[in-house]
Amino acid sequence: MNSKTLPYLLLAPATIFLVVFFLWPFLQIAWLAFTTEGGFTMQHFQTMAGNWKFWPTFWNTVILAAIVVPLQLVMALAMAQVVAKLKTTRNTILYIFTIPLGLSDLAAGIIWLAIFEQSGFLNSMLVGLGVVDKPILFLGYQNLWVIFIAVILAELWRATAIVMVILVSGMGLIPKEYYEAAEVFGAGPWKRFVKVTLPMLKPSIQTAMILRTIAAFEVFAVVVALGGTTLPVLVGETFNWQFALNDRNVAAAFALVILAISIAATLVFLRVLRTPKGATL
Amino acid sequence: MKRTLKTLAVAALAIGLTASTASAQVLFWSNQAVPVEETQKMREQVLKAFPGGVDFQPQEPGPFITRIQAETEAGSGAIGVVGGLYGDLANFADSWVDLSDVDLSGVTVSPAFMELGKFGTAEQKFLPWMQANYVMAANKQALQYLPEGADINNLTYDQVIAWAKNLAEQTGSPKFGFPAGPKGLKHRFFQGFLLPAFTGSEVTKFRSAEAEQAWGKFKELWQYTNPASTNYDFMQEPLLTGDVWLAFDHIARLSEAFNQKPDDFVAFPAPSGPKGRAFMPVLAGIAVPKSAPDVAKSKELIKYMMQPEQQVATLLATNFFPTTDAALPAELPASARALGPAVQAMTSSPDALPALLPVGLGDKAGQFNQVYIDAFERIVLANQDVRQVLDQQAETLRQLMVTTGAPCWLPDAPSEGPCPVE
Repeated sequence: MNSKTLPYLLLAPATIFLVVFFLWPFLQIAWLAFTTEGGFTMQHFQTMAGNWKFWPTFWNTVILAAIVVPLQLVMALAMAQVVAKLKTTRNTILYIFTIPLGLSDLAAGIIWLAIFEQSGFLNSMLVGLGVVDKPILFLGYQNLWVIFIAVILAELWRATAIVMVILVSGMGLIPKEYYEAAEVFGAGPWKRFVKVTLPMLKPSIQTAMILRTIAAFEVFAVVVALGGTTLPVLVGETFNWQFALNDRNVAAAFALVILAISIAATLVFLRVLRTPKGATL
Repeated sequence: MKRTLKTLAVAALAIGLTASTASAQVLFWSNQAVPVEETQKMREQVLKAFPGGVDFQPQEPGPFITRIQAETEAGSGAIGVVGGLYGDLANFADSWVDLSDVDLSGVTVSPAFMELGKFGTAEQKFLPWMQANYVMAANKQALQYLPEGADINNLTYDQVIAWAKNLAEQTGSPKFGFPAGPKGLKHRFFQGFLLPAFTGSEVTKFRSAEAEQAWGKFKELWQYTNPASTNYDFMQEPLLTGDVWLAFDHIARLSEAFNQKPDDFVAFPAPSGPKGRAFMPVLAGIAVPKSAPDVAKSKELIKYMMQPEQQVATLLATNFFPTTDAALPAELPASARALGPAVQAMTSSPDALPALLPVGLGDKAGQFNQVYIDAFERIVLANQDVRQVLDQQAETLRQLMVTTGAPCWLPDAPSEGPCPVE
């Protein structure tokens, strides 16, 4: 085998896969979003942005991501720190932490619905303990913020582990010598974490943040399970335009908005968390 | 190697065989009987005895339309029989086979429904399959709070509001329930009941002063409505748990309450407004696409579906009533015994005002519904200014009518060209 062509051959399957299943559909979506029978148009975007629900939907999605992702980072750092320190029970703890990853997000949403529903676990417990006389309606349209909190809890429970897994493997790559040197100079545990772990972990944090943020912009099943149509998010509206309202063009416009904010977030993380050349391990 | 080939050949043969047995069945493509219990009863109790078998496939509205569209455009397909609502079938009027030669000897079908099945042509485009309606239901405990002088079979919107108010104030919590959940049929209430009762129109007078008044009435009612209503899809559930004592819904979505606790509930007609007792009859029909693989076999299935046994079995499966003179058995489930008379009282009341399901909107029916859902969410849930919301939503409605070119349907006066929104 010619050593020059080998890398290209190895790359070919992945490239073909991406072209067929990502680039081609993407071009089709873009085509749908920008054209009508008469040619190029911005009309679908105007329909989308002119809908009274668009801006609440947009901000719900962005605010949800802005709350969930940082919380997940902090929690995942703590969890990863715990796992990395363990010697004997490391694998057991790691497995327990990652159990929610094995569930589909709809199932996760339904689990949390079973907790917060009017006849759910939380209400039964409160009534049983005598805290309230009759079940409270937590997920009603009047308390949007409760639905918001329920979604945040469900998302934290469901998807923090993926961030943790990436960080644990990143921590394993940091050479012991740095910590030993820091200890020699009298750095305490907090200082070692801030001055050694965090900077050395930057590439892993970057990867984890990009993955999680994109997934957070695509949040759907959990929100549908907990909030129905009361808390609209971008993917939910995309689905609605495609299947309930049967307007593929506007649905495509929504899809492009999700793509745009995902790309924007990725670029921000690439820039803010970049590792200067030559500073790698 | 030889062995692998042999296995492959056997596998291919097996696949071929299953494929051919599958195609011998008639594919029954439906957007009715979608809930899984209904689907199962349709398959096991209604369709099982049909010679050759039926592949009954209920669908969500989107995929339902998409595949019919694809097959009629292609001119060939696998669907043998389509079951849908009047409005769904009207969208493809030119794609159906003429069914006037189906021999219905011994079965009398409602002549008004047969006429609707022609879409104004000489051909019988579909046969009426089953019918339903929407009514009100109440827990018997609620009856003592009826406002003075009110007759349960002849209520007005004001009396319903007064009743809901009594219930809320005297039982300590709002007891009126409304199917405003994501899959609830709230839009049908606005399209076929509330707005026509006040305006005498479903589309044309969408932003009239009378419509403003109607929404005002509904806002008043909403004060005494259980706030969990935005999570209710089927009112039978909160009626059974006792969270709701007074409710409005489709009869198929109330039936479980009557079947499980027949002595606890009463059914009665929807209220009347200044323009009459508006209601929305639901007529489902069965049609055969011109692209069907075996038209003769499909027609046999149509004939089979119209027979008295199947009409009664369909009632038991879906809670939709027969369109024929099929004799109802004495041992009907409690739901049919309670809901049937309520529908009867509503449709035959002196001020009856039928408002049909949208016709001629094609795949834009979802957007039509969304106009009413948005109006509800903005006016009632988000408390926005009624006038402003109606003006904006009316604009969306007008554009929709122009794009689809749909002429007016009952109760709006017939229009030339798209139905106008004044």
